[in-house]
Amino acid sequence: MDAFTKLTGVVAPIDRVNIDTDQIIPAVYLKSIERSGFQDALFSSWRYNADGTDNPDFVLNKEGYRNANVLVAGPNFGCGSSREHAPWALRDYGIKCIISTSFADIFYNNCFKNGVLPLVLPEEQVREIMDKAESDPGIELTVDLVGQRVWDESEAISISFEIDAARKDALVNGLDDIGLTLRMSTDIEDYESKHGL
Amino acid sequence: MPPKTMFEKIWDDHVVAEEPGEPPIIYIDLHLVHEVTSPQAFDGLRDAGRKVRRLDLTIATADHNTPTWDLSLPVTDEISKKQLDALDRNCAEFGVTLYDRFSPLQGIVHVIGPDLGYTQPGKTVVCGDSHTSTHGALGAFAIGIGTSEVEHVLATQTLRSFKPDTMEIRVNGQLPTGVTAKDIILAIIGKIGVYGGVGHVIEYTGEAIRNLSMDGRMTVCNMSIEAGARAGMIAPDQTTFDYLKGRQFAPQGADFDAAVERWKALATDSGAKYDKVVELNAADIEPHVTWGTTPGMVAPISGKIPDPADSEDENAKDAITRALEYMDLKPGMAIQDIKLDRVFIGACTNSRLDDIRAAAEVVKGKKVHDDVYAMMVPGSAKIKKEAEDEGLDKILIEAGVDWRVAGCSMCLGMNPDILKPGERCASTSNRNFEGRQGKGGRTHLVSPAMAAAAAVAGHFVDVRDL
Repeated sequence: MDAFTKLTGVVAPIDRVNIDTDQIIPAVYLKSIERSGFQDALFSSWRYNADGTDNPDFVLNKEGYRNANVLVAGPNFGCGSSREHAPWALRDYGIKCIISTSFADIFYNNCFKNGVLPLVLPEEQVREIMDKAESDPGIELTVDLVGQRVWDESEAISISFEIDAARKDALVNGLDDIGLTLRMSTDIEDYESKHGL
Repeated sequence: MPPKTMFEKIWDDHVVAEEPGEPPIIYIDLHLVHEVTSPQAFDGLRDAGRKVRRLDLTIATADHNTPTWDLSLPVTDEISKKQLDALDRNCAEFGVTLYDRFSPLQGIVHVIGPDLGYTQPGKTVVCGDSHTSTHGALGAFAIGIGTSEVEHVLATQTLRSFKPDTMEIRVNGQLPTGVTAKDIILAIIGKIGVYGGVGHVIEYTGEAIRNLSMDGRMTVCNMSIEAGARAGMIAPDQTTFDYLKGRQFAPQGADFDAAVERWKALATDSGAKYDKVVELNAADIEPHVTWGTTPGMVAPISGKIPDPADSEDENAKDAITRALEYMDLKPGMAIQDIKLDRVFIGACTNSRLDDIRAAAEVVKGKKVHDDVYAMMVPGSAKIKKEAEDEGLDKILIEAGVDWRVAGCSMCLGMNPDILKPGERCASTSNRNFEGRQGKGGRTHLVSPAMAAAAAVAGHFVDVRDL
């Protein structure tokens, strides 16, 4: 799996609650049988006008935010569907870190399988980043998963964060879950025989 | 032994391996596969030279892309066809049992699992689909997973998962006449919010839940995910056992009797503690209608569209303002004054026999309003046939409701059934997100009876007044 260690990039703000998976990538784009190439579908309902042209009011179409690598958003980001196409679309666009006060469970899990860091911070810190990103288009953040810290160049923002050690380890090392589990084959076989499966 | 909740009993019984600080490895008893979230998982297996570990515990069906028109007609959407073909190919190559769109056992994955008897109390069930929570209605622990996890389960028959917390939602007393399972779950989401359940497994308890049929229980558990919950569950009881008896893939004869004895022991022990408890009174629940763009934006049929100015929380104020703009609704408007263009009765939430019966009962001898196009999409080919054997299709067709073949259909519009921009729909599905049923479409979530009543009236009405 893809690893995530440290990232420096532009942060784009979307100050909305409950950004659901149908907004991140609508169902019509889920028909692909590939695992990549979803960048143009990201936020398509918000990003494009009815005639397919860019909607100039959407943040990723605004000067300074087009090459964003970090997203800061309202609570419950990624609610809804289990579609892994949601983190794929973010990743394919170049967004490798999403900062919010909370994430939906399945989306949160899916991010870790794809080298995307869903970073949970307290409300006041999310607000601080949101305000800074809105008032200062193009501002870059560095997200250091190994050192568990987020900062901007001026260090006006400097935030230490907590993350579950096992999840961090998997992301930092890009661990292959299936390979790891297959090493436990004896345990799985024992379980099956004990339960008559 | 300390008393345990039903979830804890099932969880503890499925731990294969557990190391401190690591997510436990959980055994999966039933893996359901569909065409949308599986192709990349099969590719992953192929690239790594891996096999499906337990073909006997893995079942596939085609549901999301399948057209709901006559089966003799081809799939005209080339990309949908490619995805359906990929499922055919992958199942043939890996040896997975597949109910394709022509199979008499085909249907929405969360409808056929219980209906064919695959889903059973005490099982762990996964599917690359968030509405897997449906299966918890039988006393299973059932969760939606992403495609990487689908691949993990295919290869290992296990899942690495942290243990969720538990929440009891107790619905006391009896439901008023005309109020259904859908209204219970909409009322619950309205109360706890769309992230009230995050990180939790909800167990629904109380008299009103016990009195629900299995079809009703599945409606409740189906929308657990809309409250953000990891899963929803209901303790198995005589209703569950009667439902499962004789189903094709359920245990038969003496095996069934032995299974029932095991299943009886699953219920939460008295004295077991949940991490959170929420209570509702069934008598207070009215038929519900969503007015916004999350399932938590919901009001009773007697209610009005809220005014964002009345909200003290800035996030909520902003969300309501955006939702009303998208939905083209004004604060203070009566829910009953909302006029409709479309009615969709179906989806894994409400496409079972009880749902079809409820809709048919409302429209019997009446006509769908001239301004409305209404469609009923049964959850499976088997349920479609059962409804037809009862003559329900005739009642619906005579009333002017389009009677379709099984699939996910306009719940998410991956097949040709979609709303046009600006169209307004009363839908028995589970998500009213922006664009969910088609770009620019406006969705109001309701029960099958309320959807049918709205189809006849052309606007929302209290089904109890008909």
